[in-house]
Amino acid sequence: MTIVGLTGDEAVAYAVKQSRVDIVAAYPITPQTIMVERFSKYVADGEVHTAYACVESEHSALSACIGASLTGARVFTATASQGLALMHEMLYIASGLRCPIVMGVANRALSAPINIHGDHSDMMGSRDSGWVQIYAENAQEAYDWTILAFKIAEDKDVQLPVSVNLDGFIISHSMEGVDVLADETVNRFLRLRKPLLTIDLEKPVTVGALCLPDYYFEFKRQQAEAMQNTRGVLDKACREYRGVSGRSYSALETFEMEDAQAAIICLGSTAGTARQVARKLRAQGKKVGVVKLWLYRPFPTEEIRAAAKNVEALAVFDRAVSFGAPYGALCSDVVSALHTVEESPKIFNVIYGLGGRDIQPSDIELVFNEVLKTAQTGIVKEPTMFLGVRE
Amino acid sequence: MVTLKELSTEELFASGHRLCAGCGEGIINRMTMKALRGPTIIVAATGCSEVATTIYPYTSWRVSWVHVAFENAAAVASGIVEAYKAMAKRGAWNKKVDVIAMAGDGGTYDIGIQALSGALERGHDFLYICYDNEAYMNTGIQRSGATPHAADTTTSPAGSVIPGKPEWKKDLIGICAAHGIEYAATASPAYWSDFIMKVRKGIEVNGPAVIDVLSPCPLGWRHDSARSIELVRLAVETRYFPIYEFERGKYKLNFTVPKPKPVEEFLKAQGRFSHLFKPTYRKDVIDEIQRNVDANWNRIQKLCAQT
Repeated sequence: MTIVGLTGDEAVAYAVKQSRVDIVAAYPITPQTIMVERFSKYVADGEVHTAYACVESEHSALSACIGASLTGARVFTATASQGLALMHEMLYIASGLRCPIVMGVANRALSAPINIHGDHSDMMGSRDSGWVQIYAENAQEAYDWTILAFKIAEDKDVQLPVSVNLDGFIISHSMEGVDVLADETVNRFLRLRKPLLTIDLEKPVTVGALCLPDYYFEFKRQQAEAMQNTRGVLDKACREYRGVSGRSYSALETFEMEDAQAAIICLGSTAGTARQVARKLRAQGKKVGVVKLWLYRPFPTEEIRAAAKNVEALAVFDRAVSFGAPYGALCSDVVSALHTVEESPKIFNVIYGLGGRDIQPSDIELVFNEVLKTAQTGIVKEPTMFLGVRE
Repeated sequence: MVTLKELSTEELFASGHRLCAGCGEGIINRMTMKALRGPTIIVAATGCSEVATTIYPYTSWRVSWVHVAFENAAAVASGIVEAYKAMAKRGAWNKKVDVIAMAGDGGTYDIGIQALSGALERGHDFLYICYDNEAYMNTGIQRSGATPHAADTTTSPAGSVIPGKPEWKKDLIGICAAHGIEYAATASPAYWSDFIMKVRKGIEVNGPAVIDVLSPCPLGWRHDSARSIELVRLAVETRYFPIYEFERGKYKLNFTVPKPKPVEEFLKAQGRFSHLFKPTYRKDVIDEIQRNVDANWNRIQKLCAQT
């Protein structure tokens, strides 16, 4: 066991280094991302064989990554916030051309007003772009999931880009003890990329052709299937990773859900605070639980159903607003997942933490009490609660 | 100069594509393929050449060909060049791969200029060819930064008050040369030997190179498609489109055009300038264009003398 003090960003950079990435093309500016700065030092010190292209925009960063990925290379980039928004067009092309790029995203708020602090608006705005989306709770998870992400993305049944999301500042800039694997262990777990199809020079291929109404739909159907294939591939990769690291991952993590009457579902760092509060309430005899999703796309519908089997009420936490929608993105998905279940729990949505607004244990306790009340009365007081905002 | 007999008979750009009769892009693609020296990847921007040569499940390309989007051919090429370098470093690759990005003037002068500038500044070893047909032709003839003054397009229409595009064409070669790259040139498919030599030179240069090649568009220029090559020759003979090179800091005019024809001859052969001739003969606008042609020629001559 080797414990190293790393921020979330540094943990990702370290995992990328161990993953023997061929090329990192990035524009770590809008806002700045330490992942790339740390990685460029590895390049400068000759610790990696990686080509590092520090390009002139996030749009070009992902464009370069797509070109690189098509050669069969292992590719990484990182971004956040406005940078991810600028990449938007390329996100769809990366997934449509089946490029297994891994991207670290330090989730931050979108302008306007300009903010730079953490929330999930950036990636939620890209949720239908065909990227596998993973959310880490802390630096350790960011490290582990980065290594796992390459394994999943490059699997022959997946061939899709994967984003590893970490809460901006809360995880990206906070130093934690991270248990890192030995290089040889990572090498054994994550072999060099074996691409299915590359821009071959012996047998020329045309990539990115014009597909009219007679073929386009079939491509998208295959892409949807590849996204679903991710589930089995992810579970298998996680089992294997447990063997080499001793750490267990899957699509989601539950806490005290077996007999919980009331529960919170959330992504990322908030889960840690929620568990802490749940422990306290359990000690008071309150039957509460927490579900943390590691995997947001593809959505772990079956696992959510299983986790929510016994609960009477649920609060779903969204760190982004889906303006004009019935609920925030995560809540809409949870409601969809549970609508066919007999005696679906009562559900309400909690919008919180926008623009880096801190979420305190007292905030979460307030929500837990509201969920418990909903469980007892069977009545949802308000479908969407804006938590911690001045009204 | 290269002779016809020296050219490869192998056709790496196959016939049967769906480009218009008289389109410059098909001719440019075929000539470009004749200049290759080894394994090559073409990176195409969105545009006529892309949509008309790769309609799935067909392709005209017998080399590997990649299209990602409209504005980023230079960025995609950057990634490909660097990826091969890294894979060579870890022993997974041992061949030299040439990368040629090909984009229209819209994808180069306008929406792609940032990606191009970035790639030139970073110095990736690739050739960038701009098919310059002087407007967004694929989408139905909209004005671009390469559209000449007074041209009639759907977004710079010749009206009763404004006679076509009010602005002048951007100086792409000047912009590229300002990046301190080793090689930049203009070309016309009417002078095939000159163009093919330039493509080869651009490939052989160690670092980025740019060629802006005038590409006749019968649909957008509104000329007889049988006269496409004649027209891009006339563009040179009138000094409307000077053919020159910027090589290692030195400018050189490849065709000195000692007895230039009046630019009017070039203009009147095309529907996009027809409003300068009918219903009223706009001598004022034609004279202004001639003065601009002369000034641009003098500017390039001076650059040649100075460097």
